[in-house]
Amino acid sequence: MSLQALHAEWTKFRTVPGWVTGMVAAALLVVLFALLAGVSSDQKGAPPVPAGPGGEPVTDSFYFVHRPLSGNGAITVSVSALTSSIPTGPADLRPGLVPWAKAGLIIKDGTRQGSPYAAIMVTGGHGVRMQDGYVNDTSGPSGPVSVGSPRWLRLERSGDTITGYASADGAHWTKVGAARVRGLGPTAQAGLFVASPPSVHGMSTRGSVSTAVFADLRGEGRWAGDGWTGGQVGPESPTFAGYPQNTSGSFTGSDGRLTVTGAGDIAPAVRETLPTGGTVGEILTGTFAALIAVIVVGALFVTTEYRTNLIHVTLAAGPGRIRILMAKAIVLGAVTFGTGLAGAVAAIPLGEGLARANGVYIFPVASSTELRVVVGVAALLAAASVLALSIGTIVRHGAGAVTAVIVAVVLPYILMAIPFMPVRVSTWLARVTPAAAFAVQQTLVEHHQVASIYKPSNGYYPLGPWAGLAVLAGYAAVSLAVAAVLLHRRDA
Amino acid sequence: MTAALHAEWTKLRTVAGPLWLLLGAIAATVALSAATASVVTCGSAGCGGDTARLSLIGVQLGQAPVAVLAVLVIGGEYGTGMIRTTLTATPRRVTALTAKAVTLTGVVVAAGTVAVLGSLLAGRLILPARGFTDAHGHPALSLADGPTLRAAAGSILYLALIALLSLGVATILRDSATGIGVVLGLLYLFPVLAQVIGDPHWQRLVQRAGPGAGLAVQATTGVRGLPIGPWAGLGVTAGWAAAALVAAALFLHNRDA
Repeated sequence: MSLQALHAEWTKFRTVPGWVTGMVAAALLVVLFALLAGVSSDQKGAPPVPAGPGGEPVTDSFYFVHRPLSGNGAITVSVSALTSSIPTGPADLRPGLVPWAKAGLIIKDGTRQGSPYAAIMVTGGHGVRMQDGYVNDTSGPSGPVSVGSPRWLRLERSGDTITGYASADGAHWTKVGAARVRGLGPTAQAGLFVASPPSVHGMSTRGSVSTAVFADLRGEGRWAGDGWTGGQVGPESPTFAGYPQNTSGSFTGSDGRLTVTGAGDIAPAVRETLPTGGTVGEILTGTFAALIAVIVVGALFVTTEYRTNLIHVTLAAGPGRIRILMAKAIVLGAVTFGTGLAGAVAAIPLGEGLARANGVYIFPVASSTELRVVVGVAALLAAASVLALSIGTIVRHGAGAVTAVIVAVVLPYILMAIPFMPVRVSTWLARVTPAAAFAVQQTLVEHHQVASIYKPSNGYYPLGPWAGLAVLAGYAAVSLAVAAVLLHRRDA
Repeated sequence: MTAALHAEWTKLRTVAGPLWLLLGAIAATVALSAATASVVTCGSAGCGGDTARLSLIGVQLGQAPVAVLAVLVIGGEYGTGMIRTTLTATPRRVTALTAKAVTLTGVVVAAGTVAVLGSLLAGRLILPARGFTDAHGHPALSLADGPTLRAAAGSILYLALIALLSLGVATILRDSATGIGVVLGLLYLFPVLAQVIGDPHWQRLVQRAGPGAGLAVQATTGVRGLPIGPWAGLGVTAGWAAAALVAAALFLHNRDA
């Protein structure tokens, strides 16, 4: 690559006021959208979002039947039924299967939302599980519980370590898992719990309520207080939608046999369970606007030469057609990358700051993730501009190139956002179309132990950030190769 | 005026581009509508979807070739310098622009009618197999149904208004590529912007304000819950088109070509 060709292309670029204006507009649009997203939201006065040990948002709302347990000890119980109900209309509750409905034993630092815990439970559709720290999940014996085949559960505390066991007969025990629970005080609250997360129905979720029947409740160690206390942990919380109409949490029965009804979940928060939360990707929605600007500039960077016949001069003066195209791609890509970087670097703190000042909760991200998003957005814009340049070289027509590239990148995104577009189709679009590149903006992660609607318009992409960007880069690279071949073979 | 109309019609008729763009608009509209209809599903509990609107989703794609055509009708002339010949032949510049607008409206309405009827037919044939049946509260699409007829006629008018908006924008900008970028930006960015806005009041304002608000005319169910009524939405699009054309006429009249 000769430096002269690069220099010539850079000179052309910086001396056309329209193109420079287009790039400045692209950066400003990213910032402007962040500003609008920040100032237009108002969540002041909303209850705080509970945070887990790692600072991540969690759902910590469930029905808890508990007693204080000092020091080491153990608790054992049998579960003979776990049934769930899902509302199908106002005041119309139907029995249904909630795969992640939970009933079992828990040892927790207290009833404060987000406090450390470890639990062993039977679930509606995933067998016995041992969970701790909101995100850790270990599978135990599978199969549902019934009166004919109950399940015995046991939780032992020894210092910081809590070990969970399961048994089919109360005599032969299998160890399911052991968890080191940091921050568990000398006296913990231990007992029974029932949780019932929202049930997923196609494109929507509905709150559910579950009831479990426990028996053979037995504690070992120093238990304080007289008798069991029942209550809802986290009844008012942004991550808990509340009980279905005309239902509430409760526990009835005595030492031998207890029936507990509850709703909620003990799990990491996801988009559906924390709908008021914002993401870094949303703050950077202006990327779309910037895309359109850089696509126009990218296409014009070559089609203007065809229109004005400057291309003849360029090709006569230059060292070779393919090198000239590469010089154009490098100059355009670098300028766009810088523009995107500037826009995103300014937009994120501004948008986040304004949104937080308005009481909006932003899903937390590590600084390395934030850096990836910023660099990724800049790379996305650069790849899109090179794609536009290539298509412009192929079709030699500004309007056609601009339309083709905008439709290819923006239309899939709009289709993905259609409410009743099946998840299967929108994830397919997010895999194969150039819009896959928006995966670089994702900061949310899927959790297998939370049933939810994981679709691109909710911020969950099927491809990883760099893999998604690679799809767009692939389109750009293939188009650039085709453009190079055509430029070489065709008369200008 | 008749001579100007005849000239514009000859220009449009005798180059291959416009015909291909109109055929492309029809194909894109029907294809996206049919593809969408064949992937959505309606469960036993009913789905509350709007089948007419769903069948006409292709208009979201078909508006792109229509906008390109409209932009090229004048942007192409600026690109080649043909505009000077046009304005020499028709020195009343506003008349020249009006002739372009009338011709363009005619061909877009013709192509839009084919595209919209094709999309509805595709929906009528495909949707029952996807669970959108009478039993689930979704009778087959029919133009005898008032709201469906409104959705169909409104979609055709919407396409014509988008063409006029594009013509106006391209006349103001005097460049096809920038013109199409601005038009597609206006069409696609308002809905995206509405999604990031947290405050419901602002959100509805943004949803109402964009030129794409006219797509509200496609709604046949839950019209009250929409950010803007069907005809009011089309009125917003008409407002954008009128504003763009008036500005274009002023610029064309007062500027050197």
